[in-house]
Amino acid sequence: MSTATTEAPARGTRDAGVRSWKTPIILAVVALFSLLVFAIGAPANDVTFRLSDDRDAIVLPAIVVSAPVIGWITALGMIALTVVAFLRTRSGRKIPTGVPAVFAVLFLIAFLTWVVGSARTPNVALYGLLAGSVALAVPLIFGSLSGILCERSGVVNIAIEGQLLFGAFAAAVAASLSGSPYVGLVAAAVAGVLVSLVLAVFSIRYVVNQVIVGVVLNVLVSGLTGFLFSAVLSEDPERWNSPPNLPVIQIPLLSEIPVIGPILFEQTIVGYLMYVAVAVIYVALFRSRWGLRTRAVGEHPKAADTLGVNVNRMRFTNVLLAGVVAGIGGSFFTLVAVSGFGRDMTAGAGYIALAAMIFGRWNPIGAFFAALLFGFATNLSNVLSLLGTPVPDQFLRMLPYVVTVFAVAGLVGRSRAPGASGIPYIKG
Amino acid sequence: MKLELIGITKRFGSLVANDAIDLVVEPGQVHSLLGENGAGKSTLMNVLYGLYDPTEGEILVDDKPVTFKGPGDAMAAGIGMVHQHFMLVPVFTVAENVALGNEAVKAGGMLDLQKTRTRIRQISDQYGFDVDPDAVVEDLPVGVQQRVEIIKALVRDAEVLILDEPTAVLTPKETDELLGIMGQLKADGKSIVFISHKLREVKAVSDVITVIRRGKVVGTADPGASTTELASLMVGRSVSLTLDKQPATPGEVTFRVQDLTVQAANGQRVVDGLSFDVAKGEILAIAGVQGNGQTELTEAIMGLQDHVTGSITLGGQELLGRSVKDVIRAGVGFVPEDRSVDGLVGTFSVAENLVLNRYDDAPFARGLSMSPAVIEKNAEEKIAEYDIRTQSATAAAGTLSGGNQQKVVMAREFSRPLELFIASQPTRGVDVGSIEFLHRRIIAERDGGTPVIIVSTELDEVLELADRIAVLYRGRLMGIVPGAASRDVLGLMMAGMSGDEALAQVHDVQGGNL
Repeated sequence: MSTATTEAPARGTRDAGVRSWKTPIILAVVALFSLLVFAIGAPANDVTFRLSDDRDAIVLPAIVVSAPVIGWITALGMIALTVVAFLRTRSGRKIPTGVPAVFAVLFLIAFLTWVVGSARTPNVALYGLLAGSVALAVPLIFGSLSGILCERSGVVNIAIEGQLLFGAFAAAVAASLSGSPYVGLVAAAVAGVLVSLVLAVFSIRYVVNQVIVGVVLNVLVSGLTGFLFSAVLSEDPERWNSPPNLPVIQIPLLSEIPVIGPILFEQTIVGYLMYVAVAVIYVALFRSRWGLRTRAVGEHPKAADTLGVNVNRMRFTNVLLAGVVAGIGGSFFTLVAVSGFGRDMTAGAGYIALAAMIFGRWNPIGAFFAALLFGFATNLSNVLSLLGTPVPDQFLRMLPYVVTVFAVAGLVGRSRAPGASGIPYIKG
Repeated sequence: MKLELIGITKRFGSLVANDAIDLVVEPGQVHSLLGENGAGKSTLMNVLYGLYDPTEGEILVDDKPVTFKGPGDAMAAGIGMVHQHFMLVPVFTVAENVALGNEAVKAGGMLDLQKTRTRIRQISDQYGFDVDPDAVVEDLPVGVQQRVEIIKALVRDAEVLILDEPTAVLTPKETDELLGIMGQLKADGKSIVFISHKLREVKAVSDVITVIRRGKVVGTADPGASTTELASLMVGRSVSLTLDKQPATPGEVTFRVQDLTVQAANGQRVVDGLSFDVAKGEILAIAGVQGNGQTELTEAIMGLQDHVTGSITLGGQELLGRSVKDVIRAGVGFVPEDRSVDGLVGTFSVAENLVLNRYDDAPFARGLSMSPAVIEKNAEEKIAEYDIRTQSATAAAGTLSGGNQQKVVMAREFSRPLELFIASQPTRGVDVGSIEFLHRRIIAERDGGTPVIIVSTELDEVLELADRIAVLYRGRLMGIVPGAASRDVLGLMMAGMSGDEALAQVHDVQGGNL
């Protein structure tokens, strides 16, 4: 035996016997729906998408399209992609990942055209729609980054909601008392860490079920802030609950770029921090020593331990770090979105952030886009209810959650959680 | 590097896992630790590797006392370990796994994987490992994963390598390659601690053999000692390694499998077109390296697998497509390979576990209620008959030792008339004394006229029990050979050669030698 290669055992011949028809069938149903509603049922008028404000330095002309034309083009496109998916599945090959992605984009265009076209005023500011989506997505992105930091190291973080809420509360109070929103920002981070500390101590040190600790923390924070809100904040809102907002920092010239300028270069410090956090955490997770160790303790803690990595210390610091991130995300609610704390004002954003994390496959960039999608869905429902659409408002408000369920159910392919997520590490 | 353990004692509560163990590993030596499962070999090595603190005793490296607070300290002292269950992160690449804990970094703590890759290639070339640093570990065959573990130790400049049961997961060919690698490492001046209970391998590579029994060193042996001597030393009494077994008297063929194919969820054919039959009163052993479709085959027969095509008949009745309960009712007894997970319910009592498949039938149940008195009486009988070492019939099954848990499962399956008996890894992790007993019981079942299928990855066991041997490789049948087939033939078949080819090749080689 000159060469030392061995062949893999147990890799049987692969063939097309067990085919999953899930994707083609879902695509077919959606394509058929699109054909009936968006193409055949298209409103017979034109739809206007405005790309810039009249006051902008560079004014782009608005895009005016005919609703039936777009409806038919997109529907036929979706049908074509469905056929591709069917043929691929029948011949036992994998469906290229581009197919569902392009399909989703087509569906989005079709839906948007149809729903705006059916409104009383078929005219929408696309730049506003996008900028609003980003604004709504900011806390979600911070929340999902917090989740990623925890789960990648093997701790399930259900307490994102509590971290966001406590961050929002602390930011409001600290900024009101000090008169500086930046003090509020720091207080928010500290508040997030406090929630994390409880999570870390109970789930790592005392090995309590992580999901239960997380849920209990959410209820605790909700009750605590609710009590303080009615007992203290509402008594003297001038003193306790009138935080100054974080100023918007415009980057000259760049913020004048149509459509993307306001999104990228006309943000508060929290908005800029969000972009920085996504990039830094992404690079650190996959390229740094810290990231390698974090992923190792989240996948196979015993292996990391046998190589001299202190598993529980690694997890502890990651959970605390996650608190900083989520706390800052919480400050968005009281220092940017509105001025002042309200009872349970995060309204489930932490759970949506958790979904964004899963949808984004535990990857910061994936989570970023997933959160953007959820933000877009929420913002769309807001904008459309103003335009007066035929779809009842309540249904539009369900949109983000429907998207979440489909996303988490694995429509976009299987996402794989870190191997040891949720499993405490006990030595020996 | 010289390594010395002096008076190492490790207690877990009242249990003494290691009792004043002395051991000296000289440089450039292969030192084997021989002992049964549960003798305390792995505990001793975990103490040496810093995973456990010794209750008493001292570790000397080059005559200087050292204390290891964790594996990091042990590695720094030049000790590397290849664990029985690989300590590799499956989703990481080889380079990432090797780097972990010992990362080469650039400015700002960023990984410098290029350095690690270079080191891996260097070591890989030196020892002929043929390992790609960028391959993802979970896609690699077990033998290659093991080499990654060895690379991990070598990258950290290990002078003493501990190999914990390294051959358990390997094909005979891979085992030979590993033994070759051990020789190379020894030639390079590394010391190796080789932990095993396989006598043949221990004899083949060792310079010194230390035998451990019940946490104590019971003696050292010369590699020239006979396997029977070694076995007696290991078990503490004389054991007959060969079972006196009457030749089978096969009767009517009642169990047939035809064109059986099982597909995994991803479309892989994990069992691929198997056809074989088993007659009354014979034992068919299914041999092969772990993970070649044996699990899926037995589970398909029991009705535990989806995506099964073909036909499985027992006494003319089709079993395929029937529920597990129907299969059990048809008289199939089944001992699954992982008894603690699939064979019994750990938190249930021994008595309850003994009636898990018949709890709702007379005499154990009457109408809707169970009959505790009958169940308990049954338990007392089985405990006596099978010599199950338990505190009482009401003790939780999970508290029993591996061998006794296996006896519970066997006792349950043998306690009703069977039309077919299937056992996967019937003696894995069972002490030598109990192995003898369980083997006798299986042969008794055969002699009572039941068709028996034994799945085992241990060639010794296969050769001991089988009347005929079927070898599986990647879900396909390589052939069925008589029970008296040679190890060489079986080894070649387990590596993917058909029975006829293997016979011809072995015949040629022997012919040439003569």
